[in-house]
Amino acid sequence: MNGGSTERSRERPREGFGDWLGSAAVLAALIALWWAASSAGWVSRVFLPTPQATLASLAEGLNLGGNGNGELLAFTLATVSRMVEGWLLASLFGVLLGAAIGVSPAVRAWVQPTLEFIRPLPASALLPLAISIFGLNPAMVLFVVAFGAMWPVLLATVHGFAAVEPRLAEVARCLQMPRAAFVWKIGLPNAMPDILAGMRLSMTISLIVAVVGEMIASQSGLGQAILLAARAFRASELFAGIVLLGLIGFTSNALLALAENKLLRWQRA
Amino acid sequence: MTDRRALYPWVCPAVLLGLCEAYARRAAALGSEAIAPPSAALKALAGAAADGSLWQATGFTLGTAALGLLVGAVLGVGLGIALGLSRRAARLSLLSIEVLRPVPSVALIPLAMLMFGFGVRMELCIVAFATFWPMLVLVQSAVQQVEPRLLEVSRVLGLSARERAWKIVLPAIVPRLFVALRLGVAVALVVAVTVEIAANPNGMGYAMMIAQQSFEPALMLGWLGWIGVVGFVINAAMLRLQRAVARHMGHKQ
Repeated sequence: MNGGSTERSRERPREGFGDWLGSAAVLAALIALWWAASSAGWVSRVFLPTPQATLASLAEGLNLGGNGNGELLAFTLATVSRMVEGWLLASLFGVLLGAAIGVSPAVRAWVQPTLEFIRPLPASALLPLAISIFGLNPAMVLFVVAFGAMWPVLLATVHGFAAVEPRLAEVARCLQMPRAAFVWKIGLPNAMPDILAGMRLSMTISLIVAVVGEMIASQSGLGQAILLAARAFRASELFAGIVLLGLIGFTSNALLALAENKLLRWQRA
Repeated sequence: MTDRRALYPWVCPAVLLGLCEAYARRAAALGSEAIAPPSAALKALAGAAADGSLWQATGFTLGTAALGLLVGAVLGVGLGIALGLSRRAARLSLLSIEVLRPVPSVALIPLAMLMFGFGVRMELCIVAFATFWPMLVLVQSAVQQVEPRLLEVSRVLGLSARERAWKIVLPAIVPRLFVALRLGVAVALVVAVTVEIAANPNGMGYAMMIAQQSFEPALMLGWLGWIGVVGFVINAAMLRLQRAVARHMGHKQ
C-alpha cells in the first residue's frame, strides 16, 4: 500500500550517547580548526573572521545582550516569512494543480511532457522576467519563490496520483465514487509520501530563491544583508548571516522531517 | 492512432506559445516594454548565435558547472566511500555534516566574491559546495548497501583499504554512482545559472540579467528559453546515460 513511497533504509544503527559525544567532539574540533586558522592568520581575516568575532556579530545583530541593534533579527524574520509564505503558496498550488493533472490519465498525457521540460529550469532564471513584468517589489520576489518552489510539489503530486494501485481505481469506479471523493479518499492519501518529499525539496528551493531574490531585487533580508556585508568587507557580519541561513535551513528541514514522520505513521503499520 | 499520440506532448507548449505570442503582440502594440512575443525572442536568440555571444556564454556556464561538479563529485565520492565503509567514521561525522549541509549554497556567493572576486573560481567553488552534499549522501548510502559478502571476500584476500575501495566498492556502486551524478549535473546547472544571475558577470545567467536591465525583453526571453532547452537536453542525456549504465551493469533501477 505504499505505491509511490521512496525506499528507505530501515537498519539504522542505534545511536548511543557515546556516539553523540564523539560526533560533537568532531564538530568542536572543526570549530577549533577554524579558530586556529583565523587567529594564527593562516587565512586572511578579510575572508575568515574568528569564531569569537562571528559570535559577537551574531549577538549584536540578534540583540542577545540587550545592547545590540537587532538588525539581523529583523532580516532573519523577513527572510523566514518570505520563505514560508512562498512555500505555503507553492504547496497549495502544487497540490491543487498536481491533483487536477494527475487524476486524469488523458490530461497527464497532454501536459506532463511540458512539465518535465520546465522542471530543470532554474527558478532564479525567472527573476529577470518577473522583474521586467512586476518591477522591483516584495510581491515579485514572493511570486518567484512560490513559482520556483511549486514544481517539486506539483510533479510529486502528479506522480503520486499516477501511481495509484489500478485495483483501487477499479474499486472506486465500481462504487461509482464521484471524482472529488476519489481525489480526497484515494488519490491524496496515496500521493502523500510523494507530496511530503516534494514539499521538503520545495522548502529548500524557497530559501534559496528568497535569498537570491533579496540579493538582486534589494529587498531587505538576510540575502541583501550578507551581500552588503561582503561589499563592505565586514567578514564577521557576513559569517553571522551565513550561520543564520544555515540555521534556518537546518530548522525547517528538521521540522518537516518530524512532520513527515508523524503524518506517514499509518503507512508503516 | 500511435502517430497521433506522439503529437500529444507538443500540443500544450504550442498552445502556450501561441497565447504568449498573441498577448505579447497586443501588449507591444500598446507600448509595453516588459515582454516580447516568442517569435521576436527566437530572432534575438538567432542574433546572439550569429555574433557568437550565445556560444561563449553557454560555454562559460557549462564549463564552470562541469569543473565545479568535478571537484564536488571527487570530494563527495571520496568521503562518501570512506564514511560508507566505516560505520564509526559515519557516526563521528554525523553532527558536523548535519550542521554544514543545510547551509544554502547561495549564502556562499558573497563569501566567494570576497575571496576570489568575479570569474570562474568563485562560481566553481559554489557549484562544488552545492554538489558535494548530494554526492556524499548518495554515495555513502550506496556503499552501505554493497553486498557484505563482497567485503568479506576482500578481507579474506587481505586487500588494503585502497585496493578494497578501487577493486571492490567502486565497481559495485557504479549504477548508483550514475544516479548520484545525474542529480549532481542537475544541481550544478541550476546553481551555476543562479550564481550568474545573482553576482558573477559571466555566462548565460548574466546575459539574461543584462538583457533585462537594458530593456531588451526579446533577448531576455530568448535566453530564458535557451537556458531551458540546454537544461532539458543535458538532463535527458544524463538520464539516458544512467539507464544505459544500469542496463549494462545488469541492475534494475
